[in-house]
Amino acid sequence: MASSTHANPHAHAGDHAHDHDHHGAPAGLAKYFTTTNHKDIGTMYLWFSLVMFFAGGAMALLIRAELFQPGLQIVQPEVFNSLTTVHAIVMIFGAVMPAFVGFANWLIPLQIGAADMAFPRMNNWSFWLMIPAAILLFASFFVPGGAAGSGWTLYPPLVIQGGISTDMTIFALHILGASSIMGSINIITTILNMRAPGMTLMRMPMFTWTWLITAYLMIAVMPVLAGAITMLLTDRHFGTSFFNAAGGGDPTMFMHIFWFFGHPEVYILILPAFGIMSQIIPTFARKPLFGYASMVYATASIALLSFIVWGHHMFTVGMPSAGQLFFMYATMLIAVPTGVKVFNWIATMWRGSMTFETPMLFAVGFIFVFTIGGLTGVILSVAPIDTQLQDTYYVVANFHYVLVAGSLYALFAGYYYWSPKWSGVMYNETRGKIHFWWSLISFNVTFFPMHFLGLAGMPRRYADYPMQFADFNAIASVGAFFFGFAQVYFFVFVVVPTMRGKGAKAAQNPWCDEGGVGAEGLEWQVPSPAPFHTFETPPKLDSTATRVLA
Amino acid sequence: MKASTMTNNSNQIDANLANSCPSNPVGENPSLTRAIAPFAALAGLVGIQLSSTAYAGYEVNIAPPATSIASQIYSLHLGILTVCAVIFVVVFSAMFYSVFKFRKSKGAKPDVNFHESTLIEIIWTTIPFIILIAMAVPATKTILDMKDASNPDLTIKVTAYQWGWNYEYSQDGFNFYSNLSTPWSQIGQPGEVRTEQPKGDYLLEVDNPMVVPVGKRVKLLVTSNDVIHGWYVPQLGINQYGIPGFIKDAWFKADRVGTFKGQCSQICGKLHGYMPITVDVKSEAEYAAWAKSSKVKWSKEGMEAAAAPVPAVTAAFPAKFLFESGKVTLPTDADKLIAAAVDHLKANADAKVDISGFTDKTGNPVKNAELAKDRAKAIREALKAGGIAEGRINMKKPETITGSSNDEDARRVELTLSTAAPAATSK
Repeated sequence: MASSTHANPHAHAGDHAHDHDHHGAPAGLAKYFTTTNHKDIGTMYLWFSLVMFFAGGAMALLIRAELFQPGLQIVQPEVFNSLTTVHAIVMIFGAVMPAFVGFANWLIPLQIGAADMAFPRMNNWSFWLMIPAAILLFASFFVPGGAAGSGWTLYPPLVIQGGISTDMTIFALHILGASSIMGSINIITTILNMRAPGMTLMRMPMFTWTWLITAYLMIAVMPVLAGAITMLLTDRHFGTSFFNAAGGGDPTMFMHIFWFFGHPEVYILILPAFGIMSQIIPTFARKPLFGYASMVYATASIALLSFIVWGHHMFTVGMPSAGQLFFMYATMLIAVPTGVKVFNWIATMWRGSMTFETPMLFAVGFIFVFTIGGLTGVILSVAPIDTQLQDTYYVVANFHYVLVAGSLYALFAGYYYWSPKWSGVMYNETRGKIHFWWSLISFNVTFFPMHFLGLAGMPRRYADYPMQFADFNAIASVGAFFFGFAQVYFFVFVVVPTMRGKGAKAAQNPWCDEGGVGAEGLEWQVPSPAPFHTFETPPKLDSTATRVLA
Repeated sequence: MKASTMTNNSNQIDANLANSCPSNPVGENPSLTRAIAPFAALAGLVGIQLSSTAYAGYEVNIAPPATSIASQIYSLHLGILTVCAVIFVVVFSAMFYSVFKFRKSKGAKPDVNFHESTLIEIIWTTIPFIILIAMAVPATKTILDMKDASNPDLTIKVTAYQWGWNYEYSQDGFNFYSNLSTPWSQIGQPGEVRTEQPKGDYLLEVDNPMVVPVGKRVKLLVTSNDVIHGWYVPQLGINQYGIPGFIKDAWFKADRVGTFKGQCSQICGKLHGYMPITVDVKSEAEYAAWAKSSKVKWSKEGMEAAAAPVPAVTAAFPAKFLFESGKVTLPTDADKLIAAAVDHLKANADAKVDISGFTDKTGNPVKNAELAKDRAKAIREALKAGGIAEGRINMKKPETITGSSNDEDARRVELTLSTAAPAATSK
């Protein structure tokens, strides 16, 4: 191993003579196949998600190019359906989830003072499983019939009509699900068992807290998805009739099972983002997080509520009024803990002493734009309004406001915040700010007009549309290309220089001002870049569990 | 977009860029020009798009409601949107106040002790809760209204299929299909030049709209023939999935006459975007007339009549008018035959008749032909007198009967149903 800054043999590698001999990974590419180091694996997850993000983004731009004008110009409608389907699957399972897992890998051991993840080999395996899944997904474009075109929700009977690509998509989801379950088990075990002495649960950093809750959500619902798509598979190939009315089944049952997974999935995609926000805002407000305990409880209540609101995705299937009422009330209730979070963040800023480096810009942008998505979510929770807007662009606008302006902005904020620790190099502040403003403006140009399209009744997943929707679609398409270019800018002018080590050297705590006020937490107690091995012996912590005592 | 238009656009953009170079001589950073080129191109494109009058028109709100449910939804949305807007303004006033007031650069000192307040937290948990209850009350009322499909005046079974709709008026015993009528030449093919620009109700036009009477409770029984579809007509306040193997109900009572458009809301395969819905709300009298003619056109009986015209025809057709030798006056039984033919033609608005005159071989063929023509004209006049438009009567060339032993038969005028007549639409 390159950085052998320690004398003790690895505790976690005790059963592996090879590791004993070389103290770490082999050189070159093989290092990445065999690594069990949480930092390497975290980096690999982040690279994977970046590649997926650009692949999914390219599909989004094809979609927007087709929708620039009425009529068919660029792709056939069936290809369009494949693009919307795979764009969603790639962005959800390939980009956002692995990116948060990458953050978890890098940060959770550092934040709780652990040497590594609890199951390092399983950690490696859960990363490498994603590669065949991604290959299956992309290869499905090139098989007869093209990629699955049923929408990412995979509703039967439409999905039953699909070709071999449907099976490839199902297998890809199976594999990604297995990877997620292993990742979650690893995260839960690490957090519950490997905290340094003094790091009690209620002293844990919020990012770790939100991931603990998210990991439980994943363990609860990924098997449900696996079950649902396995039933699809047997309906397709083995003559079962789970979802076929002619054989005694019910297509609506698939929707129930799918959304029992799908709604908690929404929170899997956003809770770690809340965690990142709750770390960045106190740092740049130079004030402790307002209402730490209530933040933890709010996160937990959101997670619990997420299990009983799935029906709001199905208000238009014709469920009885009692069902509509229950799901409407439960859904509205989620606004309360979510509101508590937003209020807490603003109260953290209140009477603070704020500066606006790029992480903070993205955090403030997150609160602002995410809350628009939250409020349209409240509007959509009202079942009669949802009936009017279900499957329209209003819903598209709503979930892109929470997933792009929510999850993605949090990922950017987190990248700018922690990349100095990962790489030892400070990003260029001006470029970060350009990236932020460019993204914020083009994001809103893209997605804000979609509210109007939805209110006017434009259904989603349409390759072509009536004339009255033309102007807003044109604006959205142009905004989308600007947004896409902003992310290319981010990659070329922010990520690449960091990878090449260009830029100012990062201090151990780059977010600490001259008065010694700033970022708190154990990750800032190790040098930048973080050494290959950290906290190999449990650190001795101060009473707040944010500093290591010498 | 027409490929030619695309070419034009890019030409214009190239031209713009080409012009921009000489006008920004030395000193202009070439890499900057290159960097902004794509944005200039996009800005040019959107300019062209927005200035194109062909695609004008946009809406920013829910379309004007046409039923009580849709009205309730409309005002619910307006009310809740207003509440959310107020919350938005209040919350972000606080945030932006902090952002501008509590800046380090303005010398703000952090109040590190302000990080917990049970009272504040109780307040901002309770207030949203109360607001939500206030929203839930009217919403609950609307849900109960939407779900009460009892006592319909008219029930229509809506069956979705890939990719169109079938409407069954069970009480009147007919059903018909409703499909997109926008021509594919307007929709175009990727990479090909579109032969016709989209216009008017592009993608919202159907061949046979659903027709309902105004002010009547119409119950829809929605189902599907293959995959899940969504019967979505925003102005009627209905968005109901059609699920194969199951029947779900929905209802509406249109409060005004008009045409209301909608589209399929749930992805259903390749032509998901090409199965629009049109509902024509008509006055009761107009609806009754429509239902009557539709019954003839589309009921089981009507369709059988159209599919098997032989039995209906034998009654009136072919009618033989046997003229006396050399005479043009109508034979004695002609009145009855003409009346039967007129009745049939009035009942079948699409039907047309052929009149053929025949001659025997005796005498001058030219004179015989003239005679046959005059006899046929006499029949035509009789039909016209019965109220049949001339356009529905087709005169055929006189023919000479050969080999007939019966001279009387050979002097006949024959009235037959025109085979070119379109049969009543059958599916």
